[in-house]
Amino acid sequence: MTHAYPTPPRAADRKVLGHPVPRIEDRPLVTGHGLYAGDVSFPHQLHMRMVRSSHAHARMVAIDASAARAHPGVVAVWTIDDIADLPPIDFRDPSAAALKPYRQPLLARGRVRYVGDPVAAVFAEDAYVAEDAAELVHLEVEPLAALMDAHELGEFDTGRATEPTVIRHSFGDIDAAFANAHTIVELDLTAGRHSGVPMETRGAIGRYDAARDVLELHGAAKVPHRNKETLVRMLERSPHGIHLFEGHTGGGFGIRGELYPEDVLVLLAAMRLGRPVKWIEDRREHLIAANHSRHQHHHVRAAVDAHGRLLGITDEFFHDQGAYVRTHGARVVGRTMSMLTGPYKVGAYRAVGHFRLTNKTPAATYRAPGRYEGTFVRERLTDAIAQKLGIDGIELRRRNLIAGAEMPYTVAFDEPGAEELILDSGDFPALLDKALAHFKWNDVLADVKRRRAAGEAVGAGMAMFVEESGRGPADGAQISVDSDGAVEIVTGGASVGQGFATAMAQICAEALGVDYAGIRVVHGRTDRIAYGIGAHAARATVMTGGAVNATALALRAKALEYAAELLQTPAAMLDIVDGVVRRRAAQGGPSITLSEIAARVKPGAELLQGRAPGLSAEAWFHSDHTVFPYGAQFAVVRVDRDTGQVTVERVMIAYEVGRAVNPMMLDGQLVGGAIQGVGGALLEEFTYDENGEPLAVTFADYLMPTLRDAPPVDVLITEDFPSPRNPLGLKGGGEGGINAVGAVIAGAIDDAIGLPGAVTQLPVTPQRIRELLRRGGR
Amino acid sequence: MTEKLDITLNINGRDHAIRVEARKTLVDAIRDDCGQTGTHIGCEHGICGACTVILDDQAVRACLMFAVQAQGKRIRTVEGLADGDKLHPLQAAFIKHHGLQCGFCTPGFLMLAVNVLEREPDIGDEELLDVLASNLCRCTGYQNIITAVRAAADEMRRAGAPA
Repeated sequence: MTHAYPTPPRAADRKVLGHPVPRIEDRPLVTGHGLYAGDVSFPHQLHMRMVRSSHAHARMVAIDASAARAHPGVVAVWTIDDIADLPPIDFRDPSAAALKPYRQPLLARGRVRYVGDPVAAVFAEDAYVAEDAAELVHLEVEPLAALMDAHELGEFDTGRATEPTVIRHSFGDIDAAFANAHTIVELDLTAGRHSGVPMETRGAIGRYDAARDVLELHGAAKVPHRNKETLVRMLERSPHGIHLFEGHTGGGFGIRGELYPEDVLVLLAAMRLGRPVKWIEDRREHLIAANHSRHQHHHVRAAVDAHGRLLGITDEFFHDQGAYVRTHGARVVGRTMSMLTGPYKVGAYRAVGHFRLTNKTPAATYRAPGRYEGTFVRERLTDAIAQKLGIDGIELRRRNLIAGAEMPYTVAFDEPGAEELILDSGDFPALLDKALAHFKWNDVLADVKRRRAAGEAVGAGMAMFVEESGRGPADGAQISVDSDGAVEIVTGGASVGQGFATAMAQICAEALGVDYAGIRVVHGRTDRIAYGIGAHAARATVMTGGAVNATALALRAKALEYAAELLQTPAAMLDIVDGVVRRRAAQGGPSITLSEIAARVKPGAELLQGRAPGLSAEAWFHSDHTVFPYGAQFAVVRVDRDTGQVTVERVMIAYEVGRAVNPMMLDGQLVGGAIQGVGGALLEEFTYDENGEPLAVTFADYLMPTLRDAPPVDVLITEDFPSPRNPLGLKGGGEGGINAVGAVIAGAIDDAIGLPGAVTQLPVTPQRIRELLRRGGR
Repeated sequence: MTEKLDITLNINGRDHAIRVEARKTLVDAIRDDCGQTGTHIGCEHGICGACTVILDDQAVRACLMFAVQAQGKRIRTVEGLADGDKLHPLQAAFIKHHGLQCGFCTPGFLMLAVNVLEREPDIGDEELLDVLASNLCRCTGYQNIITAVRAAADEMRRAGAPA
């Protein structure tokens, strides 16, 4: 069991931690001085262009690259034959052996399996020339039938089915639960195929420094250290001989920063062609080549007693993975089922997840992976039970919520190796009460009712959700003070635009006693710190923040020790304020700045007396268990019965975060996540025709919310239950905003059109609304 | 197609003599040939607005124009907004109101908003929102962008009002 830490102070008792201070990363970003992947260039660089399959499924007969190779300015054209010695893109974590044959090769081998599958790579002096030449590469194929429905089982290779694995999670006596049920409720639900789609497309710049024998990958993001580990395995290089560099990242959302074929290709080409190689993805490529997500079909059943209490839930679902298994293996399937019961006490549970391949772009994680999908399923189910038993939806949820007194609450599964969840702290019913009061929910409902009576198709929906954050096992940090008094934090964390540097600076400033605004924060640089996990699963603030806190406290102790000797005052009587060490509670008196101390502990300094030189420290934070923030979300929507257009009028989120490092940034995460969720609920969908031709390949077909689609989002942040699993009481905030959006909008639409249970599929496009209205006789 | 033309682009008051193919887009020329990488490329088909720059007095999408078409015009990019160390009111407002997260769409939004507020300082709120709805942001959910632009508009009006 993880160590339980005491309750940390609230923001009111702190100087900068917990306060909504401006971000330190903003100035270069508003003045045009960011360093995104596209902004990285090296002298004499080549440009790579991918040739991609235009067939969803076909046997490759021949590739004729002769015209492309002869094109002026082209240096090389590679097919799989040119790099046959390289393994496919490997899994980040050890994965089941059964998944290995389904990994994606760097370039298509034998078959093309989706439109967008990389077939060849062209390297040329100029990006325009590379694109010209790519059009000259001719791929001869024998088309095969495209498998486009994850319900259907096909053949991946001879003797190998399109179902790499089936994952099961269960607990309790499910047969007894259904045998004893007062009522059984059954639903078929589909979460649509969509994804993170950051504003910056992917990019990778490979460079080989022959002088030092170091291979460099620029444009890295999210998990640079983890990707380095994978690259070390794939390229068989020494860890000291390869480094990744993260600059600014134009949005991550789970999909950016994973290791893709293009990342490995620029590295290989940099070595083999002897010149830096730059690749910048275009938007069409992004929409057909970067990870898709979310697409699952669920058949879910609930057994409830006469009061609507959940005796048991079974869920069989089909996860539409697309053409290959990428870096996460089958993780999204596992997380979907482990988190599906969410905030509710369920007597028995049996989930079966079919991990199925289709001839579509491969899928992986997108912000709140498995939870957006699972919450949609669970809360649709809850709505349906309430409807069937004639119980108010909020009352039904209240009857099933895990009580505060039951925390910490363990959800353990029968299957060996299925990770148990130990919900660390909180009070779900209390948050629900707070949220209802804060958003004046009864008034909202009364207003909806009044407007509906006046003829408007307006409705309200709500959902409860649990998030998971702060995955370990460990993070380290190094902090140093230079002779100018400037503080630098070196972390193994990553910034995907979420304000990582500011959060780390606030934590350091509070612990050390310096101004946060002048702190430099290093992230995503494998050459600066050997270990790191990066920014995923809302872990950075919790885990890297924990390491920065521990390190800043160690550095503080060191500074006070030296200051005590220099000022001839016991360390316990000293404090550090704005970088100056002075006596506590005393105006005037002797003082010394951190820069002066740094100058006094240089190598060879008399003061050291055998201690290591430098005003710096390194410390670690370990955690065996994730922490579980949670929330309640609400929405009000209006439906235009003629056009099928849904307008989201308001979204409300109440979110328990333990302690917020920066409430302004947390609010930004929750609001931004909510609006992304609106996209997935109403607009965004990667659609295909029956032959596997993708139909959403531009922003004219793949519709993301604009300002006119974005409703106001009210946020209530609560800090009632600091996590006992880290000293600052933190719970992650990056994914909560999006978690329940699909669920609440579905419920609100049902309510608006007066057809309970009507919405079974996301996104709810105008066409689908019109169809629902037709079928419902409305 | 590969024949190159000598042109001069005037960006933020400085001339850049460059040699580009006729097919080179304005945004590629600004970034790659003139080294001004603050202007970003988000979609290359004129929808996201990340590449918005001001051409003479018009906000345009630099991915939808050829560089040769911008010769002889005054191009303004995000690098030209601040006056030395002093940020433009819109830049300051974006920081103050947390109008950016990853920052990738920010230069486009800034140029779009600068242009509309310079041309129509008294623009109505609904019209302002319509203009801002022409660019995409994936991080913020737009609320703080709206707040920042409204705040900057107020400040620019106050600064521009006769004493």
